[in-house]
Amino acid sequence: MPTQDIAISLTDVDKRFGGLRAVKNVSMEVRAGERVSMIGTNGAGKSTLFNLIAGVFPVTAGSVSMFGSVVTKQNTAKRARNGLARTFQTSRLFEQLTAAENVFIALGGRGLGWKSIFPASRLAQKWTRVAQLLHTVGLSTEGDRRVADLSHGEQRQLELAMALAADPKILMLDEPAAGFSPAERQQLVAMLTALPADITLLLIEHDMDIALQVADRVIVMHDGSKILEGTPDEIRASQVVRDIYLGGGHA
Amino acid sequence: MDGIIKILYDMSASMILPTTAAFVIAAIGLNVHFGFTGLLNMGQAGFMLIGAYGFAISIGAGLPFWAAFFIAIFAGIAFALILGIPTLQLRGDYLAIVTIAAAEIIRMVGRASILNDITGGSNGLTGESFRNPFAEMSLFGDGQTQILWFEFDNTGVNGWWSRAVTWFMVFLFAAIVWLLMRSPWGRVIKSIREDEDAVRSLGKNVFSFKMQSLVVGGVLGAIGGVMFILPTSLQPDAMGRNMTFLIWTAMLLGGAATIFGPILGSIVFFALRLMVQGTMRLIVPDAWMNIQQTEQFSWIMVGVALMLLVIFRPQGMIGNKKELNFNV
Ligand SMILES: Nc1ncnc2c1ncn2[C@@H]1O[C@H](COP(=O)(O)OP(=O)(O)OP(=O)(O)O)[C@@H](O)[C@H]1O
Ligand SMILES: [Mg+2]
Repeated sequence: MPTQDIAISLTDVDKRFGGLRAVKNVSMEVRAGERVSMIGTNGAGKSTLFNLIAGVFPVTAGSVSMFGSVVTKQNTAKRARNGLARTFQTSRLFEQLTAAENVFIALGGRGLGWKSIFPASRLAQKWTRVAQLLHTVGLSTEGDRRVADLSHGEQRQLELAMALAADPKILMLDEPAAGFSPAERQQLVAMLTALPADITLLLIEHDMDIALQVADRVIVMHDGSKILEGTPDEIRASQVVRDIYLGGGHA
Repeated sequence: MDGIIKILYDMSASMILPTTAAFVIAAIGLNVHFGFTGLLNMGQAGFMLIGAYGFAISIGAGLPFWAAFFIAIFAGIAFALILGIPTLQLRGDYLAIVTIAAAEIIRMVGRASILNDITGGSNGLTGESFRNPFAEMSLFGDGQTQILWFEFDNTGVNGWWSRAVTWFMVFLFAAIVWLLMRSPWGRVIKSIREDEDAVRSLGKNVFSFKMQSLVVGGVLGAIGGVMFILPTSLQPDAMGRNMTFLIWTAMLLGGAATIFGPILGSIVFFALRLMVQGTMRLIVPDAWMNIQQTEQFSWIMVGVALMLLVIFRPQGMIGNKKELNFNV
């Protein structure tokens, strides 16, 4: 029985792409404020599960709830407005706009209000908020640069700022550390651990150090199924996880 | 020598024609749709036509100029809503198909003989039936004026008054679009062109933004239609698929997603065609190509030029290549 304290609840969720069954009968719950990492080899279905939670495409079977209400039929934008923010495995930024403009668009709401047809100065408060968010992810001085001209690392940081822009209750990050230098990884971990306690974090990460360091609980996916779930210590000790990762040839 | 001067005169005259300006207004509208939002509107001529009918029929019914003008705008809004509501939730191609069809339907209905009393059927409506209120508003008075080598009536059917008003509108609308595209609203519009699913995942109501863009560009189409018929007459076939194709060509030639692209593209487009046609008339003997054939040839050249443009300079004359990944 889903309640208010359960941020995300999946019940018997299945996803087929034509003949491919990418997600197989997955059930899981994430409590509000919990930090959960999802690990698993390439093609395990992690990103697909994210997309199902975010409503990018419909489930083939099963149901999805957010904070106790069923959202299986709700579209992406609605779920986003109800407090869900996510990043994509490959960046999906608006490359022709500046970093600040990208964050601006990510500020909450279904639209921007009628004032938004006037030049930006009329929305000074919002721009202040944009500057704060850029500062949080270490891009204070990059606001006026076009996204296409930012480095890969800067683009990933910017995605984080955008995900935080709408004050989400649920934050889902798909491999945020991909392509980061060790120093940037450290920054990321610091930023994630500093998130407000009431934010629910769902993290897909191939970097085991990060995945285990940040999480209260870890979910292991393999071949479309959830095969294991436990505390970071349990996962570290698990023979199953070792077998999968050695067998799957993943670093 | 006389021949060349004639060509140059024709070219320069075409650049300041009020119908060229009206065409530019419609192209600015299409640019809001396609260039900035990524909407595939394949029926911009339909927006022109519905605006033109809305205006001409209202004047015919005895309404004053401004009332008729607002009815034209309202017709453009209604047309945009009717086309957008069923299609803008779907993939981009659906809007393309529906706009082609809807523009043809407007034209066919306008031509239907059963509506002869209202629309004039396939003959359309004569300029006399709707142009007077506009001419009466003229600030230029009677007589003729020469500016450079152009001499036209101050007011008249096709004089300085309609040139001044229509070109003023061009620059007014270009400025409005420029401001809009620098506003937060414009940023969302442009980000929808880049990746509408990403905009959805940020919680934005993409449908409603696209609808607003369709309305803005459609209203510009309708106003373009009104200004297009004022110095001439309302001919339904003048605003058919051909017209839509020409608007697309001019916009792409100048550079989609730029403010001056539609203006520059339209002017260059008409002038170049006249140059090709005029030059052919001069150097090719009548025995090889007669006057109809040189005109047809000039249109063939337009087609070839468009193909070359899309292949070698997809961003148009002043466009930015990076801004245009046509992911529609
Ligand atoms: N939109 C789609 N259409 C068809 N097949 C898809 C689609 N998205 C994912 N798949 C397939 O579903 C399976 C699971 O993919 P998914 O991206 O969820 O894996 P993943 O666990 O995120 O892997 P990785 O670690 O490589 O990101 C793969 O076989 C993939 O090819
Ligand atoms: Mg993935």
